[in-house]
Amino acid sequence: MDDLYREVILDRYKNPQKRGTLDPHDYSYEDDNPLCGDRIRIDVRVDSQGTVTEAAFSGTGCAISQASADLLTESIVGKSLDEIKRLGKDDILGMLGIELGPVRLKCALLSLKVLKAGVYGLESLEEELA
Amino acid sequence: MSGEATATKGTIEHLRREFPVLDREVRPGVPLVYLDSAATSQKPKAVIQAMSDFYTYQNANVHRGIHRLAEEATEAFEGARARIAAFIGAASPSEIIFTRNTTEAINLVAHSWARHRLEPGDTVLLTEMEHHSNLVPWHMLAAERDIRLVFAPVHEDGTLDLEAYRRLLEGRPGLVAFTHMSNMLGTVNPVAEMSRLAHDAGATVLVDAAQSVPHLPVNVADLGADFLAFSAHKMCGPTGIGVLYGKEALLESMPPFLGGGDMIKRVDLGGFVANDPPYKFEAGTPAIAEAIGFGAAVDFLSAAGMPAVFRHEQEVIGYALERLAEVPGVRVYGPEAENRGGVASFTMDGTHPHDVAQILDRDGIAVRAGHHCAMPIHQKFGLAATTRASFYLYNTRDEVDRLVEGLYKVKEIFA
Repeated sequence: MDDLYREVILDRYKNPQKRGTLDPHDYSYEDDNPLCGDRIRIDVRVDSQGTVTEAAFSGTGCAISQASADLLTESIVGKSLDEIKRLGKDDILGMLGIELGPVRLKCALLSLKVLKAGVYGLESLEEELA
Repeated sequence: MSGEATATKGTIEHLRREFPVLDREVRPGVPLVYLDSAATSQKPKAVIQAMSDFYTYQNANVHRGIHRLAEEATEAFEGARARIAAFIGAASPSEIIFTRNTTEAINLVAHSWARHRLEPGDTVLLTEMEHHSNLVPWHMLAAERDIRLVFAPVHEDGTLDLEAYRRLLEGRPGLVAFTHMSNMLGTVNPVAEMSRLAHDAGATVLVDAAQSVPHLPVNVADLGADFLAFSAHKMCGPTGIGVLYGKEALLESMPPFLGGGDMIKRVDLGGFVANDPPYKFEAGTPAIAEAIGFGAAVDFLSAAGMPAVFRHEQEVIGYALERLAEVPGVRVYGPEAENRGGVASFTMDGTHPHDVAQILDRDGIAVRAGHHCAMPIHQKFGLAATTRASFYLYNTRDEVDRLVEGLYKVKEIFA
């Protein structure tokens, strides 16, 4: 199988570790990519120090978008909100272990966009992902 | 195998050689299987050559120069218009307005006809299966002029609900605008009957023919269309040029579209006098090489014969529907083969259309994944996206087999 559908991506797509919703949660945000209909929601719980204690994602979409959401959601548990703010495109691609063209990059980055929008609001988002 | 089938196979191999790109390998050792003609068709040598020849030997602006090149350019440009008029059975070349594409043609009707003819409170009747190009211009007009939009619903099998259509006509819409063939479902609508009913109700009829003129014989008089829009690039021609057909009397009565050169008879500092149709609607230097390429495309399709093109596509789509039905978990949307053109939009259980398209691409199979600029009809069927294979005169049953083999690979990967 080629790079794009590496074992980690198919495995995460078929057997996600962090699929679900959190109730209650401290932060929740949902967004979609209307081009392909991918939709992701991420719920986050943080402690009084601003460290993520639990996170979950829900939604529908392609293997790339769902696998990256699962990997991202898992990776932020134990991280501070400051650390989340520093997460970028390369972190997602590093977790997936692949290179992506511009169309599929949108799929991979949807979960990061949702996470950051949920935690910090949309304003700071555009420049960070640009 | 019958002699007839063999002959067909020989003919299609001959025809495929006219399209240079069909010969290429997508990656070393992986030949192209192009199943995305509903997005844009491939171009035959004759079209590429006609455009290249124009730039090589004749290039000049049209309608202005007295010199030899300008005369030749004008003759070639207007000759193309005349052949396009004949291709769709228009009464005169002056009923053929060159636009950028179908979208611009529909916007022209919204801008220069509907904005002046429709009053606040009037209704535009559309259908649920429209492409965004036949929705958004009306949404924009509705917001601007307080026009009401109503939609004829689509049955579960992808055909239009004609009973509902008749009932909606009782509301006496000023304009009825609908697609001849759905780019998602492949549904071929009964345009002649729909036009007759709309005219009986006093409405003007606009037909979005972007998916029909390339694939089946279209005659505007038989269809009863007042306006009909289509694009060159979906019918073997270049991008950047399309047509709005309009009945002469309607075009005469309409104000211009864009302002500028070529659309005027005379200008002084106090104002202007508009030119006659079609020039009234064609401001500025037109897409000259593209028009000439469009003319060559029409010649190519005329030589192939539109009834034969349609028959071939019916055969290929019939075979495709049969083969797709064999693949477990695949669901194809839209009507039976006899009511549809060469389009098959489908979903696969457990696999997103993007992933399907990406895996097919590894085997050189080009399909489209997404909402195909028809979000409302996807929503109707509860879908965000589909994978679409679309066929044209150059596609073969072998390519359908390659598609199906590819889909089995997708299933293997996502099992």
